[in-house]
Amino acid sequence: MIQMFEKYMIVEKDVENIVENGKITGFKFGARLPYYRGIALSLLEDIGVNIDGAEVPKEDIKFNVHGNTYTLEQMESAVDDRWNMGEVAYIIIDKEGGLLKGDHQVRLMLNMRIAYLPFPSIRNSEKTISIA
Amino acid sequence: MSNHQIKRGVSLYSYQEEFFLQKMSLEDCIAAVAKTGATGIEILGEQSIWGFPKLTDAFVDQWFGWMDKYGVTPVCHDFMLDYTMTKGKYYSDDEALQSIIRDLKFAKRLGFKIMRAIVNITPELMEKAAPYAEEYDIKIGIEVHSPWHINSAWMARHWEVMEKTGSKYLGFVPDMGAFTKRLARVQTDRMIREGADPKIVEFVCEQHEKGIMAEYIIAQVSQMSKRRIDIAVAELTRHNTYYNPIALLQHIPRIFHIHAKFYEMLDDGTEYSIPYEDIIQILIKGGYNGYLSSEYEGNRHIQDVYEVDSVEQVRRQQEMFKRLLGEEVAPNKKSIVVQA
Repeated sequence: MIQMFEKYMIVEKDVENIVENGKITGFKFGARLPYYRGIALSLLEDIGVNIDGAEVPKEDIKFNVHGNTYTLEQMESAVDDRWNMGEVAYIIIDKEGGLLKGDHQVRLMLNMRIAYLPFPSIRNSEKTISIA
Repeated sequence: MSNHQIKRGVSLYSYQEEFFLQKMSLEDCIAAVAKTGATGIEILGEQSIWGFPKLTDAFVDQWFGWMDKYGVTPVCHDFMLDYTMTKGKYYSDDEALQSIIRDLKFAKRLGFKIMRAIVNITPELMEKAAPYAEEYDIKIGIEVHSPWHINSAWMARHWEVMEKTGSKYLGFVPDMGAFTKRLARVQTDRMIREGADPKIVEFVCEQHEKGIMAEYIIAQVSQMSKRRIDIAVAELTRHNTYYNPIALLQHIPRIFHIHAKFYEMLDDGTEYSIPYEDIIQILIKGGYNGYLSSEYEGNRHIQDVYEVDSVEQVRRQQEMFKRLLGEEVAPNKKSIVVQA
């Protein structure tokens, strides 16, 4: 049981709906890697997001870091792009209409493949986020 | 006249809390090291350098500019081996070797003379890396990190490779966490906050201090409680070992660098868990002449409820080192309470 930086995983102040061509197509929130170093994106075995008790389908999750956007499948081969130590990335969720104004409960799960540890490195965080 | 040649350094890993939260920049970390009077800089490239392993000429110039400005020296770069870089695959030895060569190039450009190898490096790979270490003139030391110790089976196999090759470029980087005589209070307190039974915590700490074997403590606690968190407290004894530090003496010529792990520096200038008074006497006796590199790792156990002050924690450890190494200690430094 290793715990570190879970408290900072979800950047609750950094949340907004995404508007494309006048329509809300989804939302995004800031996220930091709860680890003592940065890692290649391919080392993220899995990302899980749960909003207000409902698990978000994997195909609706995208990841954005320093301007580069990936689907979870594309991340698997992203060996040359990195999520740096403490860097705020964005978890993008495709959802028509985005999130309604007000508070929402977000759960984020990050599973990293860390070769030197004999157990999976899974970290979880849950926070309330608000859409203004 | 000093009776030893031990030098003091700091791993920037120590400031991970402030660096993560971008309260301290890389330059701030280097400046903080210099302020303690330590002269050696250690980094984990993948932590301290965004965009690792890429380095621009401008950054390299700035890096050496900082070394001059603050009067410090690059000593050790810690490298990782991401054997599972691609889902469902595992690095071949050649792929792993390419990863090491990448790090050798990185370390060379930044002036490091030693690299710490992550503990999962195989003895076979170390042997393959030796000629490259010689070519780049950078020593590679496998990190001897708890629960391993310097005479564990895995380390014995590494020792055999060092003997067989006779390479002066292969050795050890022991982490002083292998000498955790008392479990870190910051860690057990955290587990109590997470719901662990304080009575079980007390029992486990007592057993550990008595030197009872981890597997026995775990077996005992498994009969006292079925709760996962209580078993996890018992398992701390497996991951936070205490071995007799005298074992280091057998290996001094192969000890390139030391991770001076710590969890909590107390107001009285001692570390709660690790008996540095004993360890430093042994290192002096053995003629160790490398760096004692501060590695603060208490942040992760207190960050849930306390403000972390890594700079003050490192300063205290360095003051302790000055005292134990017989250096002049700054007079009447006011003790600052950083954590409740």
